[in-house]
Amino acid sequence: MNGAHDMGGMHGLGPILPEPDEPVFHAPWEARVLALTVTGFGWRRWTVDRWRHQHEKIPGADYLRMSYYEKWATSLAGLMVEAGLATRAEVEPAWPAIAAPQTAPEVFAGEPAATPSFKVGDRVRTRNINPSGHTRLPRYARGHAGVVTRLHGAHVLPDASAHDRGDRRQPLYQVRFEAAELWGLDARGRGAVHLDLWEDYLDRA
Amino acid sequence: MPPPDDQHHHHHGRDHEHGQAPPSDMALRVKALESLLVEKGLVDPAALDAIIDTYEHKVGPRNGARVVARAWTDPGFRQRLLADATAAILELGCDGGLEGRFLVAVENTPEAHNLVVCTLCSCYPWAVLGLPPVWYKSPPYRSRAVIDPRGVLAEFGVTLPDDVEVRVWDSTAEIRYMVVPERPPGTDGWTEEALAALVTRDSMIGVGLALAPETAA
Repeated sequence: MNGAHDMGGMHGLGPILPEPDEPVFHAPWEARVLALTVTGFGWRRWTVDRWRHQHEKIPGADYLRMSYYEKWATSLAGLMVEAGLATRAEVEPAWPAIAAPQTAPEVFAGEPAATPSFKVGDRVRTRNINPSGHTRLPRYARGHAGVVTRLHGAHVLPDASAHDRGDRRQPLYQVRFEAAELWGLDARGRGAVHLDLWEDYLDRA
Repeated sequence: MPPPDDQHHHHHGRDHEHGQAPPSDMALRVKALESLLVEKGLVDPAALDAIIDTYEHKVGPRNGARVVARAWTDPGFRQRLLADATAAILELGCDGGLEGRFLVAVENTPEAHNLVVCTLCSCYPWAVLGLPPVWYKSPPYRSRAVIDPRGVLAEFGVTLPDDVEVRVWDSTAEIRYMVVPERPPGTDGWTEEALAALVTRDSMIGVGLALAPETAA
């Protein structure tokens, strides 16, 4: 989904503001949200991928405005409604901003695959995909060539898991992209970015 | 150092700087959500307290610091950590739990400096570092770490020579990354415990270096 969350490489989002001696939680309600969210995974009604996609469905302007735990609470409220654990009427008085249900998102859902097609040292190119559903291939890394640096074994494809298409495990690769490949003339100094990418995100280069 | 209230205020001002005032009723809205779940029998408030205690007091960067100090003093452990960090941290009793079933440790050297980010959300190695700081989860860091890592590092006070390669690790899958910073000079013969005190959270994200011995005293 080409949403506000996919912000790698953007400019103009403000200064980085580290806080000295930052507390773990800034208010007791943040801790309650964390604990409710952790508990919610125990109900086994949604996967971590569907939960992440729920954040992405928060309208972009709200996504950028909300604090981290406000997004978490909004997503929990939304998932409770979608999973039938609560009605919209029960949740909406306190959580009106729950994301509108998406009708038929485009899912980039491949088939399970057991055998890796690539090995360490192979040159690969990311596919140029733009699904309206969940994906973990960020925009800044699409259509670029890199080198496989590590094999992580088989992992659940989040694109499918986020949309309840089951655990489709595929080989997961660590891929190194030179900074100049990603950012062209604006790459600053020697460097590289590594991403972990599933079999279906990659072609041989 | 401002009093705690000022810091708290500062935090809210930052989170909401692009929009309207913070919802003053956030505590009430979360209470409503919790009450609904308790009413439905889905949540036990006492169990929530236990979860909060874990994240507030039991996980945190001290776990990661012990891992780094062990790697600095035990070459065999260092090798195991770099080959399979998931298994290696279990030797020190660090359990990955919800965030960290798969951990990879990347090592700083005179030739390469590592920096961890999650551009798409906020993936962070909870098992070794605890919960992430606000800046790590915020758009300014998530957007810039991949395109301008040297600029980001400079803002954190880390200036690298041009011939040092910067390796950014964007956590796009369930693999979590931690940085093993370089051991500071002048620490020969130090105990693991003393060394661990030099290992900051920021040095394991990659936005800082391990403390110099004189700074830690």
